Amino acid sequence: MNIVVCVKQVPDTATERKLRSDDKTLDRDAADGVINELCEYAVEEALKIKEAHGGEVTVLTMGPSKATDTIRKALAMGADKAVHLVDDALHGSDALSTSYALAQTLKKIGFDLVILGSESTDARTGVLAAMLAERLGTPQLTLARKVDIDGSAVTIERVTDYGYDKVEASLPAVVSVVEKINEPRYPSFKGIMAAKKKPVETLGIADAEIAADQVGLASAWSEVVEFAAAPPRAAGTVVKDEGDGGAKAAEFLASKKFI
Amino acid sequence: MDDLLNLDDQLTDEQRMVRDAVRGFVSRQVLPRVGDWFEEGVFPARELAPALGSLGVLGMHLDGYGCAGLDAISYGVACRELEAGDSGLRSFVSVQGSLAMFPIWKYGSDEQKEEWLPAMAAGDAIGCFGLTEPDHGSDPAGMRTTAKQDPSGDWTLNGAKMWITNGSIADVAVVWAQTDSGIRGFVVPTSTPGFSAPEIHRKMSLRASVTSSLYFDDVRLPASAVLPGVTGLKGPLSCLSEARFGILWGVVGAARACLEAAVEYATTRVQFGKPIGAFQLTQEKLAWMAVSLGQAGLTALHLGRLKDAGTLQPRQVSFGKLANVRAALDIARQARSVLGANGVTLEYPVIRHMNNLESVLTYEGTQEIHTLVLGEALTGLPAYR
Repeated sequence: MNIVVCVKQVPDTATERKLRSDDKTLDRDAADGVINELCEYAVEEALKIKEAHGGEVTVLTMGPSKATDTIRKALAMGADKAVHLVDDALHGSDALSTSYALAQTLKKIGFDLVILGSESTDARTGVLAAMLAERLGTPQLTLARKVDIDGSAVTIERVTDYGYDKVEASLPAVVSVVEKINEPRYPSFKGIMAAKKKPVETLGIADAEIAADQVGLASAWSEVVEFAAAPPRAAGTVVKDEGDGGAKAAEFLASKKFI
Repeated sequence: MDDLLNLDDQLTDEQRMVRDAVRGFVSRQVLPRVGDWFEEGVFPARELAPALGSLGVLGMHLDGYGCAGLDAISYGVACRELEAGDSGLRSFVSVQGSLAMFPIWKYGSDEQKEEWLPAMAAGDAIGCFGLTEPDHGSDPAGMRTTAKQDPSGDWTLNGAKMWITNGSIADVAVVWAQTDSGIRGFVVPTSTPGFSAPEIHRKMSLRASVTSSLYFDDVRLPASAVLPGVTGLKGPLSCLSEARFGILWGVVGAARACLEAAVEYATTRVQFGKPIGAFQLTQEKLAWMAVSLGQAGLTALHLGRLKDAGTLQPRQVSFGKLANVRAALDIARQARSVLGANGVTLEYPVIRHMNNLESVLTYEGTQEIHTLVLGEALTGLPAYR
């Protein structure tokens, strides 16, 4: 089975993240780039499927040249090879054009199963898996907390507000996973050493037959019009218990839609 | 916490991956539990060894036989991150990799390597290293443990060793003994009749680490038990040089953990209407702790580069062990004072590190001996002879 895991490099959530003042895109130089946490779960799931059913795991990353760090991490975890889609023309692509660029690349490199994290910690749109499936014309099985492969059928448990749905489809398919699905392994030192020798193919947009006028900031369907720093945390509200503390606490929780 | 010198920017991507893997392991598997291990005086070696093995930590700087074959700086960085958890954890790894696996890897026969190294790298077999004796610590040349070879070629081992990390839990001991041809190393399965290893209790330091005595009462070993590749004290001393390299990196981790705890406490503990970190007395402590930590980190990195270049000399390792352990202990004590009464509880890592570092100051060459090594290097006059 040919499994492709889409892996994204995101700014480290432990550091201050910024948008650029000139074109209002993410300032990738302001923070260290790390592998998006949910992508680690996607890599882990791909490795588990490979271990159970055989095949090959390819990491696909679209991002600037410094995203090679993230690719190496996924390879150190145990993926077999990687494809790095890197081109200045991709800068500023929104979710729609990112899904187009990744779909074009996936068509070129081939796949039986595409696995993604259900969202990234930077943009948090959570739409890429659905868009990708649509562009590829394959079933989409999103928000999986469990994935089973049986021959050419893939079954997942999709997390919902009320529990879970069991969703089944035939391969090829696109799956997105949530953090309940597994516990990602640490890259072993042998894996770190082996990662140096694993092949990483670098593709530009022409190589992947991506039309320049459908990607990048200028072609984005969505636009960041304005942004502001989050306000500093305000002081808490102190409620004095005068025999009605329970009711007041419930009122507060209800006002915030917690209950 | 801000690393004022950005030292880790000097690391390669691969070394940073090693750092992150070990740091992740320590924060998930060790930090939530190590305070309890320390209080109870236990180290769950049989649980941790396979996990450390699959991570690749055990014998990570050796080549082949299931070892990862990483460079010296990666080994140092891994020791630093392990000891940021606890010196007992780093001691376990140092003893396994540098004191037990290293002599087998460097001086052992092919059969000894095949038998022990893959299992030890995987964490399925645990090793210990017997050099120090009850009456011979800094002066190992006077050791009284003997191995006598009879006409059949078999050896008989008699004597005792003390302060042996991992002794009671080990599957194999690398034991150094006097023979008719000088000091030799022996690979001793701990199941051999006549071998016993009672644990030493009532320690106030390295409580999350197993420390033992080893007794050899007519332990019969085949001719093949001797390490063929080395004769003389240079055998065990070369192992100690490996392990000390891990220590001079490791203690930087313990010191960093103490400084982090002190900064966190100083910025959140309010007295007289402001965080105690806003008082100049506290800031002076923190600043000097950070300076010492940075200097220790620089020393470790420099010595790591020398080791990777193949030019590291034992006296330079003495420099690093002497300077960095003292710096770490000073930082731990200062951190303890910043935390006030909270500093003496196991709710914070500081007193645990501080007590551990008292052992680290003494083991693998005491401060005094390393001082004399530098004294001799400067004057040409050996003070310990």
